[in-house]
Amino acid sequence: MSLLNHPSDPKVKETATVNQNKAIMKQNGSESSIDKEQVTRMKNKRLDLSYSQLKWETIFRRLLMIMSIILLVLVVGILITLIWQSMPSIKALGIKFLWGKIWDPVQNIYGAYPFLIGTLLTSFTALIISIPFSYAVAIYLGEYNTKGWLSDLLKNTIELIAAVPSIIYGFWGLFVLVPIIRTFEAKIGVAPYGIGIFTSSLILAVMIIPYAASLGTSLIRMVPSPLKEGAYALGATRFEVIRSVILPFTRTGLFAGVLLSLGRALGETMAVTMLIGNTSAVANSLKAVFFGPGNTMASVIANEFTEADHTVYLSALIELGLVLFFVTVVINLIGKRIITKFTNN
Amino acid sequence: MDARIGIRNTKSILFKGVIVFLAFIITIPLIIVLLYIIKQGVLQVNWHFLTNVPAAVGEAGGGISNALVGTAIIVGISSLIAIPVGILAGIYLSENPYTKLAYYAGLCVDILQGVPSIVVGIVVYFWVVKPLGTFSALSGSIALAIMMLPIVIRSTEQTLRLLPDSLKEAALSLGVPYHRVILKVIIPCGFAGILSGIMLSIARIIGETAPLLFTAFGNPFLSTSITKPMESLPHIIFTYATSPYDDWHNLAWGASFILLMFVLLLNIFTKLITRKWKIQL
Repeated sequence: MSLLNHPSDPKVKETATVNQNKAIMKQNGSESSIDKEQVTRMKNKRLDLSYSQLKWETIFRRLLMIMSIILLVLVVGILITLIWQSMPSIKALGIKFLWGKIWDPVQNIYGAYPFLIGTLLTSFTALIISIPFSYAVAIYLGEYNTKGWLSDLLKNTIELIAAVPSIIYGFWGLFVLVPIIRTFEAKIGVAPYGIGIFTSSLILAVMIIPYAASLGTSLIRMVPSPLKEGAYALGATRFEVIRSVILPFTRTGLFAGVLLSLGRALGETMAVTMLIGNTSAVANSLKAVFFGPGNTMASVIANEFTEADHTVYLSALIELGLVLFFVTVVINLIGKRIITKFTNN
Repeated sequence: MDARIGIRNTKSILFKGVIVFLAFIITIPLIIVLLYIIKQGVLQVNWHFLTNVPAAVGEAGGGISNALVGTAIIVGISSLIAIPVGILAGIYLSENPYTKLAYYAGLCVDILQGVPSIVVGIVVYFWVVKPLGTFSALSGSIALAIMMLPIVIRSTEQTLRLLPDSLKEAALSLGVPYHRVILKVIIPCGFAGILSGIMLSIARIIGETAPLLFTAFGNPFLSTSITKPMESLPHIIFTYATSPYDDWHNLAWGASFILLMFVLLLNIFTKLITRKWKIQL
């Protein structure tokens, strides 16, 4: 009941409860002095205020809950929309859609294989390129240089890499990286397209480094110093401490960082769309696939969604989106779960 | 014995050398990209560029005023949607961490954070564009708001969790109603953290192109109607960068420069705030 009084109102300092208020009101009903009427009016006003505060409190609590429920509705809505809209293609094409090798909307043949290959190749190449760098950053910032301006500078620079919009990476890649790759490809004797899976992987690698790096940094900083000091006391060199204490201790956490990077790489759209060449045909040899143009799930959606002119075509694209959604969400959730487990221990 | 410790020490030093080399070499691509965009873009930007719509093919000049206005409107509306919802949901998550609803809502935030931006575009296309029958700035704002939500929620939640319980308890014991405790005590105390989360989320979505492809779509003319297609900075970069004309490339470089500067400024500003109030995000 003490909640009902408003503290910012100095007149309400004494603890008048609702019951007391009601009692006073009853008394005042029978008597008719001006003084008491004033008191009643004041008390009534106070009562109204208390009631309205109580009402607002309930409304506020409800509002908080509704906002959280909106989140649930949003995610369930996204899932249902994707499934619902990809129904025509699931019905028409069945499960073999996923490994059908040919994507030819003109002939009404839809197979997701070229995009699965493209997505997996670009993401994993980017991941492999990025891992040494992100681990190096994590070890450097987490162990060698944890404080000071140089450490701060590097940390902020790495975070800036994630801040630059992907469209700008794509634009830059198209005009600067592509010519360089073209000469490189001419030298190693493959068709010099310039654009393609390899180029996209390079840009992607740069873009995903910050995710694993910043997570790794904070995890390495969490390694308890008694562990490290114990190893030093036994005569281990710094390299040996890192290799046999720090890395084993943080292994699962670092793996989670890599998963988050992978999730980013799979869903990345714009930079890849601009650099990959957008061809739905798959070349025969692995080398030609790797250096030649291709398509990822995200890029084919970006390119063909507004052009899709009949139901199955559109719905096949949405099914790709559904697959992409599932894969990235699962990868992200596993990564997050590992991190929570790690930080709680 | 001496020889072995010598080898081990050399190994240790070599390893450190490799780590330092790898850790710093990764900043080179960023520096190259930044310098290149600045070099190409800074000469394009002048008053004419900022106040005119793009010229037709073959005509010199032209600007990106439509994209600037469009981005401001789209991002503004998405902030209006995402900030209240995000802050309130963040409050709920930090206030009731152990309820079932909070568990599932937290899970949903994690899921939303992982949703590829292009998928958000598809979904909003079916939610808003299809029923309205036309691409519109409003649909673009909704798509961006969905991308913005998880960042605002998480930063609000984490900031409020860091505040000591005694603050809230002191206010409650004085008889302050719950909503006033939150709005007048808790939120002002965590204001800097929430603000930096909001700015970070704006910096993230302002460069998003993929969700806008099927929602706001793009428009070569200056438009302020939110039920019509609208141009935006990232979309104008995409359209003009992939076009075959040099004049249009120049427009795109200028637009990239402005977008990049905006994102960098927002990030630096956020850094300053977090440093001043010593917030960990």
